[in-house]
Amino acid sequence: MTTALELRHVSKIYGSGPNEVHALSEVDLSVERGELVAVMGPSGSGKSTLLTIAGSLEEPTTGQVLVDGVDLAAVSRSDRAKMRRRSIGYVFQDFNLLPGLTAVENVTLPLELDGTRAKVAKASGIKALDALGVVKRAERYPDELSGGERQRVAIARAIIGDRGLLLADEPTGALDSLNGETVMRLLRAATRRGVAGVVVTHEAQLASWADRVIFLRDGRIVDQTVAPPGPESLLAAGDRR
Amino acid sequence: MSVPHALLALLSEGPKYGLRLQSEFEARTGDVWPLNVGQVYTTLQRLERDGLVESDDGEGERSRKRYRITSAGDRELADWLRTPPDLVPPPRDELVIKVLVALEVPGTDVHEILQVHRRHVIEVMQRYTQVKATADEDDFALALVADAELFRLEGIVRWLDAADARLRQLPPTTPAPLVDVPPEPTRTMEVSQ
Repeated sequence: MTTALELRHVSKIYGSGPNEVHALSEVDLSVERGELVAVMGPSGSGKSTLLTIAGSLEEPTTGQVLVDGVDLAAVSRSDRAKMRRRSIGYVFQDFNLLPGLTAVENVTLPLELDGTRAKVAKASGIKALDALGVVKRAERYPDELSGGERQRVAIARAIIGDRGLLLADEPTGALDSLNGETVMRLLRAATRRGVAGVVVTHEAQLASWADRVIFLRDGRIVDQTVAPPGPESLLAAGDRR
Repeated sequence: MSVPHALLALLSEGPKYGLRLQSEFEARTGDVWPLNVGQVYTTLQRLERDGLVESDDGEGERSRKRYRITSAGDRELADWLRTPPDLVPPPRDELVIKVLVALEVPGTDVHEILQVHRRHVIEVMQRYTQVKATADEDDFALALVADAELFRLEGIVRWLDAADARLRQLPPTTPAPLVDVPPEPTRTMEVSQ
């Protein structure tokens, strides 16, 4: 496995003097391609800040962020923007689809902004929508889609192209439990195809789809799960009853 | 899990032999609750004694008997399905007791105790989720059993989160006295004297 995301001693401070807020303090985190990591913690623990810094939407006050081995602080602003378009996919709670574009146009937008020809981009978009089970809705507009379908389109947009890092902030927050589970299955399937995934969620049931769960508290990683034994251990426990 | 009622439910579909009841019971509970064949026959005997099932033959080898539900068995099953399980009084919850005790033990970081349990519960949830993730898509029984456990465990995590938040609202406590001194008489005691 290769490391898609690495945070080294990352700290983020907002404000100054008496108004100083330490959103993140000395965070170290590595996420490999093929791995899905969930980040849990109470409100204000730094979960969303961690995600925006990992996605280069914000810069850390101190520390290093490496995406696919590239130190984000060492590249120009335009190269960082290019990395955001090519290497990183984002999924948000409220989908963030553009209402004037069809599903497939939303999905292909990052490729077209990056100079890919429309025909090639559309073929990739159709393939991504097919993988997410919503290819029949490709020509529909967001307001013609259900919540679950919109989030599938948003995930297709996040994984299109050759992205190594998928970042999701409460991606199931607007969905019922079964649609939420479907989204987590799809995110997990995407990571199994070689993407590194980081999901912020406050729901333990959704976090349990991750290979690893890390716990944030007051801007610090205070704990993480260890790789659990396989499901057969649960059935063996049943045998003993 | 009420084995007698589960067997009645299986028999409500039609007459069945004991071995078939055993295999169907396990398949429909996602193989999470194993049931040995001796338990099946003991239960069937009791059900027959109570007039809730009847068998083809009065005598003979038990594995050759075919069982069917009686009308009294149908009524019993219908009543049981609609009877809420015993939810009150609450079971003595070991986790709640541990946290309450932790509050009283000097020098104990209760938040750390809560986190230890939170991590453990989520690790167990990961295993149940793995069961769901690797199950056949049409294995609804297994999905329902795994969901039941996952929702129960999620409830524990939510309680741990709420306890954590509630404890953070408490004012800082003063250190407990290190020497044991006899308690002073309370006002109530003074009044009663």
